[in-house]
Amino acid sequence: MSAGRHRWIRYWVTFQTILTKEILRFSRIWVQTVLPSVITTTLYFVIFGRLIGDRIGTMDGFAYLDFIVPGLVLMGVITNSYANVVSSFYSSKFSRYIEELLVSPAPDWVILAGYVSGGVARGLVVGAAVISVALVFTDLHVHSLGIMFLICLMTATLFSLGGFINAVYANSFDDISIVPTFVLTPLTYLGGVFYSIELLPDFWQGVSMVNPVLYMVNAFRYGLLGVSDIPIGAAFGMILVFIVVLAAYSLRLLRRGVGVKS
Amino acid sequence: MSALDVQQLTKTYKGGFQALKGIDLEVEEGDFFALLGPNGAGKSTFIGIISSLVNKTSGRVRVFGHDLDANPEAVKSCIGLVPQEFNFNLFLPVFEVVLNQAGYYGIPRQEARVRAERYLRQLDLWDRRDQEMRKLSGGMKRRLMIARALVHQPRLLILDEPTAGVDIEIRRSMWSFLRDLNAEGTTIILTTHYLEEAESLCRNIAIINHGRIAERTSIAALLNKLHTETFVLNLKGRVSELPELGGFVLQYLDDCTLEVEMNRDHTINGLFDALSRNGIEVISLRNKQNRLERLFLEMVDGRLVAEGGQA
Ligand SMILES: Nc1ncnc2c1ncn2[C@@H]1O[C@H](COP(=O)(O)OP(=O)(O)OP(=O)(O)O)[C@@H](O)[C@H]1O
Ligand SMILES: [Mg+2]
Repeated sequence: MSAGRHRWIRYWVTFQTILTKEILRFSRIWVQTVLPSVITTTLYFVIFGRLIGDRIGTMDGFAYLDFIVPGLVLMGVITNSYANVVSSFYSSKFSRYIEELLVSPAPDWVILAGYVSGGVARGLVVGAAVISVALVFTDLHVHSLGIMFLICLMTATLFSLGGFINAVYANSFDDISIVPTFVLTPLTYLGGVFYSIELLPDFWQGVSMVNPVLYMVNAFRYGLLGVSDIPIGAAFGMILVFIVVLAAYSLRLLRRGVGVKS
Repeated sequence: MSALDVQQLTKTYKGGFQALKGIDLEVEEGDFFALLGPNGAGKSTFIGIISSLVNKTSGRVRVFGHDLDANPEAVKSCIGLVPQEFNFNLFLPVFEVVLNQAGYYGIPRQEARVRAERYLRQLDLWDRRDQEMRKLSGGMKRRLMIARALVHQPRLLILDEPTAGVDIEIRRSMWSFLRDLNAEGTTIILTTHYLEEAESLCRNIAIINHGRIAERTSIAALLNKLHTETFVLNLKGRVSELPELGGFVLQYLDDCTLEVEMNRDHTINGLFDALSRNGIEVISLRNKQNRLERLFLEMVDGRLVAEGGQA
């Protein structure tokens, strides 16, 4: 076997090892990792969908309950992919077992790919769980499964990268909850999860347009319901650009050993 | 080929502290090498740079001919590291820790299982394989770090104080394990504060102090530097009067214990002859202090150098 082929097999084994380790990690503690999102979204469905939703009527021509499903799914994907990478990578820094990877010949991009895929895995698991919960409350007629899945995947990747960068800079366990509280939650709530931005005055519609979560929620909503406040192509493009920028930045951090090497 | 070739290595930590001030060091393939030095001398920093845990400020590191800057993957593949501080995920089972490490090095799962079992057995941890890391004792964790460092079968094993906090029996068994490993061809570099360990295991040593190499020599040559030896003798019966023995400096510690400082020109045979002539009978004798220890202290204090390089 050629040396080049050998190397790619080695990378593949390394990637698999990291990914498996990550999946095992969140599965072992599923009560802390998967269950909370399921409970929260169930509550949303019950309260906003059933109790209040009936009084709201329709949004963009859909029953309110149906309208909020995509947003709630994506909310689960976003929080969980982010949380997985930020807490896993930060713990490995804190307890220093990141050194196991740093001494190994694993290239930076394989390390990043492994951790990000772990976050994506958790995001998708939670996304699937939330959809299952949604099916209990409503009949979903999926417009395009492909778009739905692709948006989930890209969103999870993007926020896993975000979680990674957060973990690199974090110096305490407090540092890993600041961004989710002060950035992620507002972005998702203002990203049109619960309303169509058509309802907003022009000015706030404009402001909303710089929120990347808006594009994801709308693209996902398009995949599920076939309606969107914004063009789908723009949404994909926007997410892709964000992914590329954050991935490049993450690799730069790893190469310099920021936060992990002195 | 040299296993390790380091040139003009410096490290300045953030905040401006210069931990390494230009280290040149070469370690031959197959050597069993001790890196000694007082706390804070820069040993772990040095090891950290070689094993890619610490960024160097300047200088050059080559491992089995591979340059650390040009080919880090090749360098990392050659090295197994046993760090000074525990760096485990405490919630993982023992077996998984070793398996994961093998995976990071790209060893396929099946092969990894075989090797993990072999090294866990050799280090007496096989019975603990399913236990979570946090349930292991300190000595067990030390041994696990060795198993973990060996799973990719490195050509150069670097151990940073591997026997700190390990009991005497296990220390001995670790020593024989490391000796066998070295005999099979693995180059070993270790740091230790137990000079007995360096003396009994290693062939060559370097003493590092304040971020510089203070001495690079063989253990044998180092011991030769000692120009006096001090023995403590237990005597049979009391001796009332200290005899004058030419070339030996005698001193009572108590009635039945005599301390003898002896120039290297003299022999123990000569000492016993002289004692017998004076009717002094000796039950047992021991070195007053580990000889290397004394030498070490002298070097670190800079006294040996001040004495005019008695070599
Ligand atoms: N991350 C760091 N930031 C700043 N200074 C550091 C850092 N790590 C080590 N140092 C300093 O560098 C010097 C060398 O430390 P190092 O850990 O290499 O010593 P050592 O020889 O391994 O000591 P010991 O025998 O105690 O393990 C010390 O003065 C230490 O305080
Ligand atoms: Mg040290």
